[in-house]
Amino acid sequence: MVTTESGRDTPAGAEANTREVTVVLNGEERAVAQGLSVAGLLAEFGVEPAMVVVEHNRRILSRDRLDATPVRKADVLEVVHFVGGG
Amino acid sequence: MSGATVADRNFVIGGRAFGSRLIVGTGKYRSNAEMVAAIRASGAEMVTVAVRRVDLDRGAEEGVLHHLDPAEFFLLPNTAGCYTVADALRYARLGRAAGLSEWVKLEVIGDERTLLPDTAATIEAARQLVGEGFSVMAYTSDDLIAALRLEDAGCVAVMPLASPIGSGLGVVNPYYIREIKRRLSVPVIVDAGVGTASDACVTMEQGVDGVLLNTAIASAADPVAMAQAMRLAVQAGRYAYLAGRMKAREIAVPSSPRAGMLDGV
Repeated sequence: MVTTESGRDTPAGAEANTREVTVVLNGEERAVAQGLSVAGLLAEFGVEPAMVVVEHNRRILSRDRLDATPVRKADVLEVVHFVGGG
Repeated sequence: MSGATVADRNFVIGGRAFGSRLIVGTGKYRSNAEMVAAIRASGAEMVTVAVRRVDLDRGAEEGVLHHLDPAEFFLLPNTAGCYTVADALRYARLGRAAGLSEWVKLEVIGDERTLLPDTAATIEAARQLVGEGFSVMAYTSDDLIAALRLEDAGCVAVMPLASPIGSGLGVVNPYYIREIKRRLSVPVIVDAGVGTASDACVTMEQGVDGVLLNTAIASAADPVAMAQAMRLAVQAGRYAYLAGRMKAREIAVPSSPRAGMLDGV
């Protein structure tokens, strides 16, 4: 057993070596791997950075800062794109 | 065959010329393929889009940018669904950060049942966005004073409604639309309420610069056919306005001469 940052016990196994942090992503709490950049987070979800805009803790993150911006515990992220509308 | 066309001014908004006076939305289509086919059939160059969360569990393929090429269409992000100045500013900034342009279709809604605009909030949001360098096309009611204030705020176009969004009721107050057009210097585009081709034609006959519509095409039984009908109707209405219609009168006036008729039997 390892203890994650949030203090939960997780069983040893596939995820045992991955320390996770909880963030609020598009309105939902999600556990994501610790140490990810925002660009890395988008990659985890298969999202192409050129197709989206990211708001990080209420501030718009320009695309050239996605790589250099780390995802930290309790961050609030919004990933938006254009959809059909009038 | 005569290739004669009606002499018309260019349709210019904020220093940018557009080949079509019809602007269309991208919402409510049954499929992306149908949306693209209908938009092409409409002849529109300017196309509105909304800013929404990516569904991270389904991937980003739903995004309009996967289906509409910004090199082919001028995509105009909107602030649809916003009820406060703060929300409208947030959505406008997110839309701009996509990197397509500085343009935004500003909407600040004031009422859920009618989706009528909160004109005071719209004016305030317009002022802020213009100050931040946006080219603002503002959706508003058919109220002359609100339209004048939006022009004062620096909007590149003012867009009064024909009738409520998605209602298909057509132009409920042509006089107000004409008066707004008479009094403003910036382009006046009627946005929302057009239900079918005759509505689009009547709207353009009021002398406005353009029409923006979405549901009338997307919710038609055959959106591609309706898109073509709208293209022709906008053009017909524009030409009829430029041609200057005859005076209506409630009595018949014969089209054929009275003179030269034969003696009666």
